[in-house]
Amino acid sequence: MASILAVDDSASMRQMVSFTLKGAGYTVVEAVDGVDALNKAKTQKFDCVVTDVNMPNKDGITLIRDLRALPNYKFVPMLMLTTESGMDKKQAGKAAGATGWIVKPFNPDQLLKTIKKVLG
Amino acid sequence: MSIDMSQFHQVFFEESFEGLDIMESGLLNLDMGDVDDEDINTIFRAAHSIKGGSGTFGFSAVADFTHVMETLLDEMRDGRRQVTQQAVDVLLGSVDCLKEMLTAIQDEQAINESHVSEYQKALEVELNGGGGEDVAAVQNDAVEVSVESSSSPVAQENDEKGWRIAFSPHADLLKTGNDPVRMFRELSGLGELTATVDFQGVPGFYDLDPEDCHLSWNLEVVGNFPESEVNEIFDWVEDECDLAIQTLTESGDTENNDAPIEQQAEEQSKEQTPVPAKVEAKAEPADKVLPAAKPATAKKEVAKPPAGKGSGSIRVDTSKIDTLINMVGELVITQSMLSLVGEHFELNKLDQLKNGLSQLERHTRELQESVMNIRMLPISFVFSRFPRLVHDLSSKLDKKIELVLVGENTEVDKTVVELLSDPLVHLVRNSLDHGIEMPADRVAAGKPEMGTITLEAYHRGGNIVIEVKDDGKGLDKDMLRTKAIEKGLIDEETVLTDKQIYELIFMAGFSTAEQLSDISGRGVGMDVVRRNIQSLGGNIEIISELGKGSTIAIHLPLTLAILDGQSIAVGDERFIIPLGAIIESINIKESMLNRVAGRGETFRLRDEYLPIVRMHEIFDVKTAQATKLTDGLVVVVEGQGLRCGLFIDDLLGQQQVVIKSLEANYRKVEGVSGATILGDGSVALILDIPGLVRLSNQ
Repeated sequence: MASILAVDDSASMRQMVSFTLKGAGYTVVEAVDGVDALNKAKTQKFDCVVTDVNMPNKDGITLIRDLRALPNYKFVPMLMLTTESGMDKKQAGKAAGATGWIVKPFNPDQLLKTIKKVLG
Repeated sequence: MSIDMSQFHQVFFEESFEGLDIMESGLLNLDMGDVDDEDINTIFRAAHSIKGGSGTFGFSAVADFTHVMETLLDEMRDGRRQVTQQAVDVLLGSVDCLKEMLTAIQDEQAINESHVSEYQKALEVELNGGGGEDVAAVQNDAVEVSVESSSSPVAQENDEKGWRIAFSPHADLLKTGNDPVRMFRELSGLGELTATVDFQGVPGFYDLDPEDCHLSWNLEVVGNFPESEVNEIFDWVEDECDLAIQTLTESGDTENNDAPIEQQAEEQSKEQTPVPAKVEAKAEPADKVLPAAKPATAKKEVAKPPAGKGSGSIRVDTSKIDTLINMVGELVITQSMLSLVGEHFELNKLDQLKNGLSQLERHTRELQESVMNIRMLPISFVFSRFPRLVHDLSSKLDKKIELVLVGENTEVDKTVVELLSDPLVHLVRNSLDHGIEMPADRVAAGKPEMGTITLEAYHRGGNIVIEVKDDGKGLDKDMLRTKAIEKGLIDEETVLTDKQIYELIFMAGFSTAEQLSDISGRGVGMDVVRRNIQSLGGNIEIISELGKGSTIAIHLPLTLAILDGQSIAVGDERFIIPLGAIIESINIKESMLNRVAGRGETFRLRDEYLPIVRMHEIFDVKTAQATKLTDGLVVVVEGQGLRCGLFIDDLLGQQQVVIKSLEANYRKVEGVSGATILGDGSVALILDIPGLVRLSNQ
């Protein structure tokens, strides 16, 4: 089953994402911010990255840009978790190489549906 | 797939309260003149996280409220809005309001809605007054749009038979991880899909970049669904492709040919709405799983005692848990080694056995230490509330006060942390109200206008010491004395040492403030503080110098569950004296003894006369070996600044003992603070040294 890197500085959101995806059979690794995520992505290849946008140390958009620069992550789907007010964030995210987004607040079903979309 | 969202609530509450603390301290530290972007960003991020979490976990009232705060902070962050003291004050108030809301939800109580709307109004006034957008209006607009789009397109497009889509991706489409195959898969989920690929854009083999997308497609989906569903599928790639969508039955219809792109744009703005609409619908079941805000109102207030603010759980650094697991591993190795030795035990293995046992002892001790360590929290958990308190009170009192926190990372047992908060608040308030003078008075006294209150924590031996220090006017001994005589607490002739005079303020019914203010001086006060500290097994002392300031020091044991004790023997009874209370142990000579008529026995220790407590008499031990004072030992102990000598038979050994409550299992006994079970299974009483010293001094 596919492996997913879940990045969020909020523990409750991270747990929710991770629990939902694990429940659907995916392998999930959690990271607490962009720096942590980048380190983890370098040691293991993930099939998909789901990241929050607003995070300390390294935000989600910079993370996506950095990941896209890695040969291993050129075509890997990367989704950002963003609030509906963050239209400009969507644009910035796309410019950085994000595949798409999931609009907060979302529920586990919506998350799974979107993940299934990109992972098939 | 349904997931019980309530399992994440506890974590959500914890991190939200943490986030609120971050917001609060961030707001308090904002320097109006020179605002640091990163500071605002940190505050914004905390608000943003709470908003995201509360929306996801179904606390929409919290999400709505935070949304307004977030908008305000966002404008400050972008430099669209000036950071003013007024705005900061409104935000601080909102932080309080959010705390209230979250606490109410956590305790399954109803949210005080009038309170919330009051703050929300204040926020909106601030938001609109400062030239920002009209949030209320924006929100209303959003609602209207959602109504329109969710009803009309469905009705309108019900009779459509399908869609023809011209999809020609830009070369970079694949580089964002998007895959046309995925979109086709989704389209085929809507209805029957026919895809025709167009190879025209594919360059010659030598010009071909395999990472670019050169193909384009003509797609036809047959089915009964609105255009918005098609748009949703292409939502992520709208800027990375050329897209045209036409209805299948009326292909060539002028309306659609008119301006497909404009329509597309229009549809996009509409298309957004089904998403939030779905969320709302699905958030409801989550509400039902957890009897949240709404059911609570019907439930009567009896529901459940408030859940003691997170006292049920504790956040532990992973490294601490790693250490613990490490220790357990060591223990298991030792255990298996010992059982190997024991299997065919012969006398020549004695060394191995001893070795194993000493390892076992070491590992058990280390394990115990690391378990205790888990309960340790940095004192900053208590200190963090004081910047706000000092900020609020000093502006209320028109005083200029700087708060200095030292040793915030000093760790102390969780129970102690929780119980320490109230006494400390009282002490800091006292310093603010009575200690620090008005700016004018300070200048007149040749002191800087700005007063300083220092909160300092540090470890000393097995104790943690917390000091509340101010550079205010200090305690006036003569005034304290006069006051105490006035109140009938002491006689006119009573001679008191400085220390004893300061002790007066701990007596019930002693309040020195000439006028009671609502900040301190409610009459009950310092005596309650002292009682609280004593119930934690600690003590409190005051050092003060008139005109220079006062220091109040609280000494507390690091943990309440385990005690370093000295076991002593009186006859065949064993007692434990807390090690920290022991000053020294001596054999006394006849020449040191003094008998004071009516006041019992004393002995002279260097320049001091100390009362003697005969343990065998107080605890009625018939088997005591020594009844003559020169035969046994005298242990000099100190409690609450007073000393006395305990007359005992013998000192045994030092050991850590686990404290068991005597009151819970038997009843309160004077002079005894608890009991413990010794290695051989027998019970020993733990002496309450302050209590015994009090007894002896009476």
